[in-house]
Amino acid sequence: MKMKRLGQIIMNGILGENPTFRLLLGMCPTLAISKAASSGLGMGLAATFVLVFSNLVISLLRHIIPEKVRIPCFVVVIATFVTIIDLVIKAFLPSMSATLGIYIPLIVVNCIIFARAEAFAFKNPPVESIADGLGMGLGFTMALTILASIREIIGTGTWFGMQIMPESYIPMGIAQNPSGGFIFLGLLLLVVNALTKYFERRKREKAEGEIA
Amino acid sequence: MNNLLLIIIGSVLVNNFVMSQFLGICPFLGVSKKTETALGMGMAVTFVMTIASLFTYLIETWLLIPLNLEFMQTIAFILVIAALVQIVEIVLKKMSRSLYQALGVYLPLITTNCAVLGVALLNSREGYNLLESVVNGASAALGFTLAIVIFASIRERLAVSNLPKWMDGFPGALITAGLMSLAFQGFSGLIR
Repeated sequence: MKMKRLGQIIMNGILGENPTFRLLLGMCPTLAISKAASSGLGMGLAATFVLVFSNLVISLLRHIIPEKVRIPCFVVVIATFVTIIDLVIKAFLPSMSATLGIYIPLIVVNCIIFARAEAFAFKNPPVESIADGLGMGLGFTMALTILASIREIIGTGTWFGMQIMPESYIPMGIAQNPSGGFIFLGLLLLVVNALTKYFERRKREKAEGEIA
Repeated sequence: MNNLLLIIIGSVLVNNFVMSQFLGICPFLGVSKKTETALGMGMAVTFVMTIASLFTYLIETWLLIPLNLEFMQTIAFILVIAALVQIVEIVLKKMSRSLYQALGVYLPLITTNCAVLGVALLNSREGYNLLESVVNGASAALGFTLAIVIFASIRERLAVSNLPKWMDGFPGALITAGLMSLAFQGFSGLIR
């Protein structure tokens, strides 16, 4: 029973309340780090790490932290884990650290992590909070990787650095430009919105069919 | 002098925070339905970013580097910024009622505006001195204000025009921002 609930929490983060597509949180890294699929994946996993651990610690401390000073407490907890992941990436993946640049320390002000601390971890027990952090983090990673893959394939003809488009394909430079980031995210949201509406309608029709 | 001019042009137009570095996107998309509120947000951000550039520079040179605590940069900067926003709010409330009422609601939002922490981190990475840091902070914030005010005016105009239904809301706003960013790319030839 409990496993089922944890699974539901994780799936909720990946699909139901996907932070990027459904809640529209954390737009700065989404736009800035989506030029190449590999950096999108790296950024997503770094944010997932921070989300899981900050959710865990905040959930453990939820009875100790006074309501009034909770925001500064969240900031300190989140900033600690961001510093840890920043140092780890600098030490073991120097090239990744160079591409992600200031966007790794900027995870501190990523609204997804704040929103989950405030809306979930501060009110729920640790295990559920870990599940929520994992789901939200994976949802963010998935959205970021999809957008980055589209921009990389169209903009350079490669995917994770491998040539996948035919040799004769002329890369469309705009997908790699900052303006391409805005436009392709806009188009992707259009598709996601249309799909959501379609599935919701089908679900409703199915439910109505069963009643009839 | 020349150097400062380059920093100003670079931060306001060429490397515009919103349009080419993607910093401060949340307020850019969130508080841009009306030109007036966009201007209010822009002014509040300019105010905080300039002061934050000054204080983070001081904290880094006088506290973090002498004590060998550079790895604490992120934590120190975000705490300084959060405290600064709080102080600015209290001081404004006492000193200037009218300015407080104009900027009041936007101030708490600024703590989580990544443009403020972003400019502090960039100043430190570029190795700017005190004057350069402050100038960079102020001009980056002016660039933010410029972008958000233009964007808000476009959205005000779009709100009364007959758009296709699928362009409503967020996708339309993002595509508008994309076209605007394309225009800003035209400035990239100004400096090398």
